Amino acid sequence: MNESTYTFIAVDLPAMLALTLACLTCGLLGNYLVLRRESLMGDAIAHSVLPGIVLAFLLTGSRDAFPMFLGAAGAGVVAVILIDALCRYGRVERSAAMGVVFCVLFAAGVLLLRLASAENVDLDADCVLYGQPETIIWYPPAEWSQFFTWATLVGYVSPEGHAVGGVPSQVVALACTLLVTVICLRLFHKELALAAFDPGLAGSLGFSPVWITRGLMVLIAAATVVSFEAIGSILVIAMLICPGATARLCTDKLKHQIRLSGAFAAASGLIGYIVGAFGPGWLGFEGSLIVSGSATVIAGLLLVAAMIAAPGQGLISVRRRRTALERRIAREDVIAMVYRAEELGQNQGLSFETIRRSLASARAARLGISAARRSGHVVNAPAGVIRLTDKGREEARTIVRSHRLWELFLVRELGIRPDHVHPTAERLEHLRDASGRIMPQREHGELDPHDRQIP
Amino acid sequence: MIHASLGAITDVAIEWPSLADIVRTLTLRAGYNTTVVIVGAALLGLAGGIVGTFALFRRRALVADALSHAALPGIALAFMVGVALAGHGRSTPLLLAGAAAGGIAGLLAIHAIARWTRLGEDAAIGIVLSVFFGFGTVLLGLIQGMSTGKEGGLKTFIYGQTAAMQASDAANIGAIAIASIILVSLLLKEFRLLCFDETFARAQGWPTNTLDYLILAMVLVVLVVGLQAVGLLLVVAILIIPPAAARFWSDRLDRLLWIAGGIGLAGGYFGAAASSLLPRMPAGAVIVLTSGLFFLVSMAFAPRRGLLAAAARRFVLRFRITRDHVLRAMLELKELVEPSIAADPHAVIRHAGASPLSGRLAILLARSQGLISRSTDGITLTPRGLENALRVVRNHRLWEQYLMHYAEIAPSHVDWSADLVEHVLDPSLIADLEKALSDDAERSGLPPSAHPLTARGRP
Repeated sequence: MNESTYTFIAVDLPAMLALTLACLTCGLLGNYLVLRRESLMGDAIAHSVLPGIVLAFLLTGSRDAFPMFLGAAGAGVVAVILIDALCRYGRVERSAAMGVVFCVLFAAGVLLLRLASAENVDLDADCVLYGQPETIIWYPPAEWSQFFTWATLVGYVSPEGHAVGGVPSQVVALACTLLVTVICLRLFHKELALAAFDPGLAGSLGFSPVWITRGLMVLIAAATVVSFEAIGSILVIAMLICPGATARLCTDKLKHQIRLSGAFAAASGLIGYIVGAFGPGWLGFEGSLIVSGSATVIAGLLLVAAMIAAPGQGLISVRRRRTALERRIAREDVIAMVYRAEELGQNQGLSFETIRRSLASARAARLGISAARRSGHVVNAPAGVIRLTDKGREEARTIVRSHRLWELFLVRELGIRPDHVHPTAERLEHLRDASGRIMPQREHGELDPHDRQIP
Repeated sequence: MIHASLGAITDVAIEWPSLADIVRTLTLRAGYNTTVVIVGAALLGLAGGIVGTFALFRRRALVADALSHAALPGIALAFMVGVALAGHGRSTPLLLAGAAAGGIAGLLAIHAIARWTRLGEDAAIGIVLSVFFGFGTVLLGLIQGMSTGKEGGLKTFIYGQTAAMQASDAANIGAIAIASIILVSLLLKEFRLLCFDETFARAQGWPTNTLDYLILAMVLVVLVVGLQAVGLLLVVAILIIPPAAARFWSDRLDRLLWIAGGIGLAGGYFGAAASSLLPRMPAGAVIVLTSGLFFLVSMAFAPRRGLLAAAARRFVLRFRITRDHVLRAMLELKELVEPSIAADPHAVIRHAGASPLSGRLAILLARSQGLISRSTDGITLTPRGLENALRVVRNHRLWEQYLMHYAEIAPSHVDWSADLVEHVLDPSLIADLEKALSDDAERSGLPPSAHPLTARGRP
């Protein structure tokens, strides 16, 4: 194998894998934070695990995953308990309680970190900010043929005395955490969904929402800790919130949301790594970017893309829906107006000027006329007037019928004065559902409050 | 995590300062630089406490956190602009302007996400905080890779570097503290209205949006001037912790402002002093932890809302309740076993449903208050005790009646429920109940028990 392949497998592959796994684990868990509107709990936990990590570090003097994990998970749980206690016993407002707790714990972590570096323990302050995935290194064997062996996976010492193989412990820890996370999310899917959407119901059905919440927080603390080296304890917040939030904008179904969030998280990690590590090289610069930072930026860009283009929720489709509604209402107003004119015996159609004067704006009139013409409800007649087609007349009759029935309803059932009902009916006449226009019932042969026939 | 430059800072162990040093530092006689730093940090704390009080009431504490993190890309971009225009980027005003711009961009992003999507403000805060910070780190990486080389101490903005504070910085901070005090005292009424009844304020025609933005602007200014000293990761603490601590001491806004300002001032003062005495300690973290200590003390010892006071109140209440139960038990035992006037203390405690220890303590309390007298064959109610016991039993049974007739609770359950509510009686409510149930109440004003009395106390 040539040198650049070897470098890729030794340096880039483990780091990329670690970053992607970290993003995936956090992204999956973050769904519930977003749904429960507790995103800031993730923020607080991520800040708060720092003293636990550093303390474990100081006590054991090593970077073994397990003590660090214990320390950090402990700190995370302490933070959750403290926040709850401040809210309940101190009656501190919740966001302030979070702020107090995580600021103090984070400050303690920073202080301990300084002590740690004074004690000659190699824990770097930058790691807190954005992790150091580039330090996750694998030493693969030099030949492809030795690759897929057990010894390569667990690691061995070559005859020349070099350590070879051995999947980096960080990657193993991340993979295990991902596995546990997926299993927990599968096993407790129902409980988590119930507690997220209706904690009251969950409680009354016997699933303690408090314990579900605590379990979730412990998982999040765990994910934050094992992701520490891959992404640091601040950027991890982005991975906890962004993929879930992005997926939330794309779908209404929880299952789809979780799958989508996984995809978004993994994509952020992978693309982020590739852009960060190789992007500057492609553009002809030396060195590389901070890969966890670029993963965060990718996650943010994905979110912005979803905000703009997500089906159903994105700005574009909201805008499109609104325009379509606006067009329909303008169209219905126009043809109803022509119909009323016909009712009064004016059969030669209405001019644009007349329509514009009684609609809200020239824009609405133009919009309505063009929409009605395109849908075949009106046609242009000579002398610049428009007339109803048969189809248009049929549709307009339903609209006017709806309008007058609503007026009747408002007067008779709600006791509103007849001279006040028109504007409300003007809005209600446009109501429809899947089965057609919604309108009240009436006795046979009744007139509307203004003594007009109801068509 | 193996760091090449680590050797440079590993030779330090903590050296504890002497008492003389401490006194000299605290009395601002430890040299010009130290004095400047301490005064600056104290003023920063003062401004943070006052401005933070409003941020707290407007629930903007964590928005402020997002703003401070969002300052990083602003700073980095300002640095790059500086390099592009002037060849270097180490101009503090430029960097701070960048920080403010970053904060404003973050605020706009939060508004956009919270307004145009169905994600809540919480998600918006988290997203802006982390994504902006991530973008900042990418930019920092770029700057490090730029051919001009030096990153110009941009990292000090992350963790803060109080020691680098100069007299002009301290003067700036002081000016901002004074300006915020003046602004707050001018607009106190408006801010108060906004904090406690926003709807009313709007209905009265006050420009609530403008006032809100004014508060955010003050928050941003404090954050930006605090960046250098405390660092953008922790600077929000000077806005959150002092007001949260002050909240334990008072319910009045004007006092709250003074207390929060005072706690912030003290936190900055002692924190900066401590970090100058322990030279390797990161000053921002020390200031935050000092404020955190004040918070802890406030939460524990504040007179009315503090945890100790609350615990003591609960303890006293529970004690009084047990005493009332003992009095009631004695009266009910008298009803049960008519001729024997003196009662056996154990039977009384059992009947009252109290634990032996708390029952005995309650009897002691009642004796010390002259409600019970003790003789060789047991304990008896004194006339005053009898009066009290009658009152308690009367309340209890009135409640039983009420719960049965009005709340439709089964007679077998009312005793226990009445136990819970008889201690929260409002006098006017008692009067109403008495009137409503006067038919039941005969026999020395004592309505009959709703359930058969048994020696076990609980039915």
